[in-house]
Order: sequence, then structure tokens, then C-alpha cells
Amino acid sequence: MNPLFDPVGVSHYLVVGAILFTTGLVCMVVKRNALGVLMGIELVLNGANVNFVAFGSPVLRGEQASILGLDGQLIALFVILLAAAEAAVALAITLNFYNNYSTVDVDRADDLKG
Amino acid sequence: MEVQSDLGATLATLLGLAWLIPLGSFAAILFFGPRMGPHGRNAAWVATSAIGASCALSLVAFGTWMVAHPPAAVDHGSAQHQSAQPDDHSPWSPTRDSSGVSATFARFAADAPAGESHAAGESRHGHSAHATGGDAPTKPAYSGDWYSLYSSPTLVLSIGWYIDSLTVLLFVMVTFIATCTHVYAVGYMQNELHDITDHEVTLASGGHLHRPGRYSRFFQGLSLFCFSMLGIVIAGNLAMVFVFWELVGICSWFLIGFSFERTSASTAANKAFIVNRVGDVGLLIGLMALWGSLGTLHFGNTVTVHADGHQVVRPGLFSLVRPAEHGHALQVPDGMVVAAASDRVASIAAGNSAEEAAAEVAAEVPEWRAMGMGSWLLVVAGLGIFCGCMGKSAQVPLHVWLPDAMEGPTPVSALVHSATMVAAGVYLTGRCSPLFTPDVLMVIAYVGAITLLLAATIALVCTDIKRVLAYSTVSQLGYMMLALGVGGWVAGLFHLVTHAFFKSLLFLCSGSVIHACHTNDMRRMGGLLKKMPYTGWTMLVGCLAIIGAGVPFVIGFSGSYSKDSILAQALVFQRINPSHAVLWYAAAGGTALTAFSMFRLWFMTFVGEPRDEHVAEHVHESPAVMTVPLVVLSVMAVIAGWSLGPLGVATLLEQARPLGTADGLTGGGLLTAAVTVPAEAASHADDIHFLVTVTAFATAAAGVLLAAAFYVWRLVIPAAIASLLRPAHTFLKRGWYFDEIYNWMFVKPTYGIAALASANDRRIIDPIVHFFAWASRQLAAGDAWMDRVVVDGLVNVLASATWATGLRLRAIQTGHLRQYVMFIVVGTVAIFLLASIMFGTMVAGP
Repeated sequence: MNPLFDPVGVSHYLVVGAILFTTGLVCMVVKRNALGVLMGIELVLNGANVNFVAFGSPVLRGEQASILGLDGQLIALFVILLAAAEAAVALAITLNFYNNYSTVDVDRADDLKG
Repeated sequence: MEVQSDLGATLATLLGLAWLIPLGSFAAILFFGPRMGPHGRNAAWVATSAIGASCALSLVAFGTWMVAHPPAAVDHGSAQHQSAQPDDHSPWSPTRDSSGVSATFARFAADAPAGESHAAGESRHGHSAHATGGDAPTKPAYSGDWYSLYSSPTLVLSIGWYIDSLTVLLFVMVTFIATCTHVYAVGYMQNELHDITDHEVTLASGGHLHRPGRYSRFFQGLSLFCFSMLGIVIAGNLAMVFVFWELVGICSWFLIGFSFERTSASTAANKAFIVNRVGDVGLLIGLMALWGSLGTLHFGNTVTVHADGHQVVRPGLFSLVRPAEHGHALQVPDGMVVAAASDRVASIAAGNSAEEAAAEVAAEVPEWRAMGMGSWLLVVAGLGIFCGCMGKSAQVPLHVWLPDAMEGPTPVSALVHSATMVAAGVYLTGRCSPLFTPDVLMVIAYVGAITLLLAATIALVCTDIKRVLAYSTVSQLGYMMLALGVGGWVAGLFHLVTHAFFKSLLFLCSGSVIHACHTNDMRRMGGLLKKMPYTGWTMLVGCLAIIGAGVPFVIGFSGSYSKDSILAQALVFQRINPSHAVLWYAAAGGTALTAFSMFRLWFMTFVGEPRDEHVAEHVHESPAVMTVPLVVLSVMAVIAGWSLGPLGVATLLEQARPLGTADGLTGGGLLTAAVTVPAEAASHADDIHFLVTVTAFATAAAGVLLAAAFYVWRLVIPAAIASLLRPAHTFLKRGWYFDEIYNWMFVKPTYGIAALASANDRRIIDPIVHFFAWASRQLAAGDAWMDRVVVDGLVNVLASATWATGLRLRAIQTGHLRQYVMFIVVGTVAIFLLASIMFGTMVAGP
């Protein structure tokens, strides 16, 4: 059975979420630019969000989703909110970092080296 | 629930309030005393108004009583009402010959109800009484409990009341004298309002003690004392009496030791307390004998009404010892008989069921009683109670504390150590007199007689003004005990009341003198009458009252009535029991000694030329706050013995006479040969009255004239007599060497035992303790090594291992953010891998 020809279901969403998540993770690891790292974080969060929405959707899961109610959607909204707050804080940190070191290269931020 | 008539409840409320008000005052001064006005000045008014309120309530109670139970003109009323010859009622013919006694005895046995005849006639140990004219009248007395502390079938401990005319009378007397003393103390204690430099206390640095005044503290003590004393009087059972008995003891300790920095004061306080404890051991034994055998300590019957309406009467001591069905004659109560015959009871109980045994024991009791069983328990109880009274009332041989107690401030001596607390012993003896067998009465009489003579002789030579009064107090207390012992119940308590008035007057006068002269030594006084007229004349009234002065057969000071009735009773006793004539001679001789010592005191202080110019210069009359109480008390000292028709202290006391004691009592044999204690009515016979009045007047006049010859007319030089009779003078001066003997007999051995105990402590106990201390030290040293080497070593190894690990792990912390993210990713993947390998089946299902 080929998933490419199946009607769109939860697993398709999961695949998309996983791709988003992995992309974000790789982005976080390989980018030296702090803004790139922040973008990776956004991708990770949104990858997770796709999963929440997929599992909470009554269209995709039918009766099974009714035990969750609106939890999936609400948590997704909550994650978006968190991402916004996190972006605000992280950008402020980045700006400060830039003011002090005149760069946004995270490899230069090794003051906490043991 | 108590069954009481309305009158009983009213009296209990009135007297209960009068009793508790001084407690409130005590509590108020205890907590706020020093803050009551400058230097606590207003504490005096708190205490004085409290006792004044008590006095007012007592007077209301007194009025209520007089309206409800007006004293009847009994045929043997007060001493001056003796036109009615009671001889035809009395079983005692006042004849001297012994046949009269045996005739009386025989008549007595014949008259007695059938049940008691063998107890009276056949048993040598038995005692019996005789009810004059058949049934005795009911005496008005109310008793009940306010609050029960503990209740069981064998013991009820409660706070209760027993109110008869004696209670009411003593309430009035105590609160009245206390009020006078409080007012007087306001002036007398004035110097305590400021800081005091006590010149009698030398500190180690060589200076004198400087301390703040203790004005409020003094009134605090007085208030607590008033509460305790009234508690003794109102108490409805012996347990409560005992509690308040100890409370007055501790108050006495506080007040004697008021200036406790003075060695003399603190020693005197301790002496008073310790000597009283000796007596109290006896009192406790007496209480145990009563409780152990009778299971009650209540004076009166306790009536309990149950919910279904039937009443349960729990008999009190009085009705157990003198049951109504026995004509209120003294008999050994069932409980004591059974307790004494415990081995027979056990043998009966062995072979029978409980009910049968109880019935059989009950049937045997009269027979055992006739055999004299249990009478020794009654004697022990009586002697025990009297032993307590000996301590409190300073009877020989426990009298040694009272003269030393004069270290306390003079108002204390007036209130506590002459008028009220020391009279509590006489009161308790009187209250418990229905319990006393002839043996006990004889002991009481002899102790009283010895005390009165011994103290009166010492008073002859004392030069300290307060010590003279103290010994005279001891002597007068001896008179009271003698009266109670020879059957003069009313006489003894009558003298208690009159003595309280004139002796507190005398003490307050002496306080006024001391206040003016700043010395207690009569040898430095003299000629004070002109400078201190109020004090001098009121003290003369007191002296005349104590010697029983008066116009024979017409009128007299209060002391003459009470002392004459004591002498009359002693004389009647001597007529019936010629072998005990010494009691009568002691009483009669004591009158002359009292007269001499009291007028010696008055002449030395107020008459003649001043002996010490320095003292005489500074003398001045005391302020009105001190002289007014003197005048009030001197009025009472004059009139307290008078009777207005049937109204008088004696007739009032006659109402309170315990049931059965109006009649004589014959028996004894345990301690003395059998004696007959005459009925008090016999002492009102005309010939007795005449002889006694003449004797008392003659002896007292002789004493006064002798004192005048010594100290006014100077016919004899006292110093010459003293040197002529040097050994006797020294003997009396040292108080018959009682202090020395006690020092040698008790104090020194106690110190010896203490020295032994201390040596034992140092030589034996201390080395053992030291060994254990050394051993513990060694153990601790080993423990310390263990701690240092083993425990600390382990902990250090752990610490350095942790430190080394930390140093190694340090390399991982590169500070590169991306590396950390890598770790997170790799770690997460690793965890997922591990989880899927290890828990794969569980997560994915079978």
C-alpha cells in the first residue's frame, strides 16, 4: 500500500510534521547565524504544531478525536503564543549580543565555556 | 443538689462573698499593686475597702442570723445571768467527795438509753454522755457544698460551708479586727512608700541595705491572709480546713519575713513555718484516722436528692460520732469499730457471701464496741487534730515560734499572731470538740494549763514590748485550750472572741509606741503617757481587759466575763475530779501572773520618768489613721463581753454548741484514770460564780499592786530582785531554755545528719560520679578518633572523587551553542532508540 495514493490521513500530516521538525533541528545545529538558529526553532515548534492539529482534528480522526475535544487546537494556539514570546525574548538577547560583540555568530558566544 | 433552707443559702452567699472579696483584692494587688498610684499607695485602699466590704457583708449576715435565730435566754446563759439555778437539770452535783462522782456515774448509766448502758458502765475504755432532760434541742447549723472537686463512695472532696452562730460570730470578729488593722497599717507602713535604708542589714561591702519600699506587697499579704483565715472559718469539711490552714501558714511566713533581708526576720519566718509543720503532721494523721475509718471529712450531713425524688443522707463527722438515735452521746462510730476489728471482719468474710458477711459484721458491731474496739482510733484522731491546733495556737511544746514571729511588722502581729491565725487552733479544737474523748480532753486541758503558766512566767521578765505581748498571747491561748479541755466550750470560744479584741488593741498600741520610739526595748521607754495620750489610755483599757478587771458582780471589761467563765469551769472540774485540782490552781495563778506582766508593761512604758532622753525627745502621738482604730478597738475591748438581755456573745455561742456537748462526759482510762468532764451549765452555779469572781479579782488585783510596787512606787527595786533570784531570772529570761533544748535536740542533730550526708556525698557519691565522668571522657576520645579518621575519611574520599569527576566533565562544556543542540539531538535520538529497543513491544503492542 502506497501512502502517496491513500486519502490524506493523520500519517500524512505526521510525515509533514516530522520533515518540518527535522529540518528545523538541522537548521539549529548547522547555522552559525543566531537568526538562522531562531528560524530553526520556529520550524521545530511548527512541526510539533502540525502533529497537534492532526491528532486533534475530527475530520481526520472521526470519533476517536472526540475524546480529546478541542485540546489539540488549543495547545497548537498555545504553542504559537509561546513561539511569539520566545521569539521576542530571543531577538532581544540576540540584539544585546550584537551590541556587545558586533556579530550574531553563536560560536563567538562561548563565555560559559567550562 | 443541696437541700438548704433559704436562710442557709442566703448566709452561704453573704459569707461566701465576704470570704472571696479579699481574694479579689489580693489578685488585684498582686498584678497591679506597684502601679496603684505613686509607690503603690492606693493598694492600701484597695485592700482596706475589700476587707471593709467583707466586714459589712459579715455584719449583714450577723443581722440576718440574729433575726432568724434570736439567742434565747437559756437557763444557763451568760455569766451574769445566773439567777436561775440550773442544778436541778444538771446530773453533776458539785461536791468534792469521790462518792459524788460515782453516784453521778451510776445515775448516768441508769438514765442512759438501753443500747449504751454497757458502753458507759461496763467498759473501762468506753465513753458516754448524758442527755440532759431527754431530747436535745436542734441546733441551727447549715452546711453544703459549693463545688465538688472529687467524689467517690469513700471520699468527697469539696469546697463547702458549715455555718452556725460560731461561724457568723468569727466572721464578724475577723473582718472587724482586720478592717481596724488595715486602717492602722495605712499609717504604720507609711515609711515603706519610699526607698528604705535598712540599718539592721549590713552588706558584705560594709554598707547598709538600700531597697525600694514594699507598701503594696504588705497589703497583698494581708489580703491573702484574710481570705485564708475566713476560709478556715467557713470551711465545711476538714480537708478544706487543712488547705486554708496551710494557706494561713504561708501568709504568716510571708508577713513575718516581710523584711526578709534581716537574718532575724527570715529565721523567725522559717522557724514559724517549720514548727507549724510539726503540728500539721499530727493534723494529717488525725485526718487520715478519720477518713480511713469513716470515709468522710465533712462536718455536717450531706443531703443529696436524686432525680426520682428520694433523698440520700451522707452522714457527716458529727452525726457519725454523736448519732441522733443515740441521744447525741459520744460513741465510737461503726467505721472505727470495724477498722479496729479488721481481723475478725476478715474471718467473717472468709466463710460467707458478701451480703451475709456485711450483715453479720453489722450485728457484731455493738458487741465489739462494748469491748472498746476502735476507741483508740477516736483518740488518735482527736490527738492528731489537737496536735495541729497546738502548732497553730502555739501550745507547749510548739510555742517557740510565736515570740520570734514578732519580727513581723506590728499590724501583722496584731492581726495574724494574736487575734486570728493563732486563734484558728482554738477554733478548730472547738469545732471538733464533739469528736474528743475524755482522754483527749484531758490532754488538751493539761497542755493548755502548762502553756498558760509557762508563758505567763516568761512574760514576767521580757523587756521587749512585743515579746511580752506575744507570751501573754500564748498564755491566753492556753486559757482557751484549758477551757475547752475541761468542758467549757462556750467559755473557751467566748475568751477567743474577747481576747481577739483586746489583744489586737494591745498590739496596735505597742506598734504605736514603737512607731514613736523606734525601739522595742521597754527599758528605754517610760513617761510616755503625756506625749501619747491616746495610745497610753487605750492601752490601759487593753491591759484592764486582759486581766479581767471590773467591779465584781456588777460590770467589767470584756475579759472579765470570759476569763471568769473559764475559771468557773476549771473550778467545777476540780470539784468533780479532785485529782486534777492543779488545772484550777494553774488557771487562778495565771491570772495574777498576767496582771503583773501586763501592768509591768504599761507602767514601764507610760508611767514614771523617761529612761532614755534621746528616745523621749522624739516621741510624738501617732497620726489619727492609727489612733482611731485604737479607740474603736478599745470600745470593743470594753463591751465585747456585755450582754443586753439575752443578747450577748455567750448566748450566741450557746446556739453553736455542738450537739451533745452540753452534757458532761465520763470515761477515759487510756491515758489517765477515768475522769468526768462536767457540763458547762454546772459552772453557772451561784457559789461557783461567787468564788471565782472573788478569786479572779483578788489575784488580778494582787498582780497589779505588785507591778505598781515594783515600777511605780519603787518599793522594791526590780534589779535587786533579779540579782537575788539570778538563776530563776535567767531561766525565765531564756524562755525555760526551750530554744536551747530544741537547738540541742533537733537543730544540732539535723546539722549532724546533714554533715554526714554531705560527707557521704563528697567521699562516696562524688568519686563514683567522677569515675563515670572520666569513663565518658575516654569513650568520647575514642569516638572522636573514629569520627576523625573513619567517618571524615569516607566523606573526604567522596568529596575528592566528586571533584575529580567534575574536572573531567568540564571538558564537555565548550560554550558552543550548536554543540549543545547536537548533544540534545543525539541524546534524544539515543533515548528513542533505547526505548524502542527495550520497550518496543510494550509501546507498539503485541
